[in-house]
Amino acid sequence: MKRQIPLALVFIFGWLMLALYFIPLEGAQKVNENMLDWTSIIGIFALALGIWSLITVNLDRIKHKKRDWQYSFITLFGLFGMIIFGLKFGGENSMFQGQESYMFRHFFNDILIPIYSTMFSLLAFFIASAAYRAFRARSALASILLIGAIIVMIRFFPFVAEYTRPVADWILNVPNLAAKRAIWMGVGLGIVATGLKVILGIERAYMGRD
Amino acid sequence: MSNNSNKGFFDRVMLLDRRWVFLVLAVVVVSTYYIPMNVPVPASREVQTIFDAIEGLEEGQKILLAIDYDPNALAELHPMTYVIMEQCFRKKVGVIITSLSQNGPGMAEQAILDIVDSTALPKTYNGVSYPGREIVNGVDYAFLGYRAYFELVITGMGQNFRTFFSRDYYDVLLDSLPIMKDVQNYDDIEMVIDISGSNVVDAWIKYAAARYDVKLALGLTGVMTADYYPYLGSGRVFGLMGGLLGAAEYERLADNPGLAMDGMKVQVWAHLTIIAFIIIANIGYFGSHKKRGL
Repeated sequence: MKRQIPLALVFIFGWLMLALYFIPLEGAQKVNENMLDWTSIIGIFALALGIWSLITVNLDRIKHKKRDWQYSFITLFGLFGMIIFGLKFGGENSMFQGQESYMFRHFFNDILIPIYSTMFSLLAFFIASAAYRAFRARSALASILLIGAIIVMIRFFPFVAEYTRPVADWILNVPNLAAKRAIWMGVGLGIVATGLKVILGIERAYMGRD
Repeated sequence: MSNNSNKGFFDRVMLLDRRWVFLVLAVVVVSTYYIPMNVPVPASREVQTIFDAIEGLEEGQKILLAIDYDPNALAELHPMTYVIMEQCFRKKVGVIITSLSQNGPGMAEQAILDIVDSTALPKTYNGVSYPGREIVNGVDYAFLGYRAYFELVITGMGQNFRTFFSRDYYDVLLDSLPIMKDVQNYDDIEMVIDISGSNVVDAWIKYAAARYDVKLALGLTGVMTADYYPYLGSGRVFGLMGGLLGAAEYERLADNPGLAMDGMKVQVWAHLTIIAFIIIANIGYFGSHKKRGL
């Protein structure tokens, strides 16, 4: 029963959603809308579960003083800080103005944005280092890759742009496009096959080990 | 150390400490920011089509601007948002804004506040003078905010925006906003421009463009761009801005140079530095192989 009910639900709703996608009738679209509402409601439970998991995992790290447990304080402070400053109550003079509040905006603009930007900026340095170590003309194919990459990179440099831009555009629009199309076709067919396997109960990994 | 001293010049080049690479790149990035340099950015066809499509809109028509990126993609994608939003506001084209990535609302709000300020000043673009004017929330734009499960939200908006956004980001009923008065679903807007640094863009293509036949253009990070050229070729998307270059091309077309044009010179020099390192590494590689007779 524990396995049969989820399998039956997936089978019924899988085919139903698939059918609704292709039925343009108003009644069918209303059913579709209701289904979408249900997905949001179910999603809220997943959110609650996620928050609960984050709290318990980090409290456990602090309690047992596991490696780098101090960072768990920052995680929990961030979580509760953003929730508290994101609350809205107490009228116009209150400091709790929801997402428009001074603290919420400054947490976002002055802490979150610089952190994200810094992390992403570091990529440039790692890419440079990786290119230095890995981009070597070891074979004919590696040499083609190397030359292609260099042409695409220098396509905007003032003195050579006139000559490199058409070649770079050709690389992007012809060989790149052909390879990507082939990959996407394969991915698309794979998605259809996996979807059918899930709906038909052949693929059951989503139910865990039980 | 003694081991390293026994190695030849080419071997030492190949084993260069990566901290030297970091240091040189940092110096190049910081110093070139202050060097005045004009990088030529001729507009590509895929960027030109987006510019032309917006330029061809009449006053009062509406577009949906999807700001689906987090702060990590800010450097590449914020300039696109800024330049398109300002172009629409100057032309009195209504902008409906959504953010379907978790940190997107913060990015959207930052852009809205900045562009509302800059549009208050008169300015001339491509020979056309626009007087400064006050941009009013609910009249010139509506910011719908964030909802989880972007695939469902994008599908839902095809039926009615109110399915998922009964209220806007500021908790105002959508029905009370003048800009949303005649807007039910995608049929009532001219196009969607998705500026994205994540897989939200796939849902816009699969559900909005494929299912509801929405006219869709994309603004993407540099690394994502090559993946989405097939959709441009098939006509599923009508325009594509790729990375900082795409943003710079748009800024040039809009005659509104900003963060992207500034960033291009840094990017060009950084790329040249990386190329120089690759060449040096290859000299080391071939030199050491030749020495060993390989």
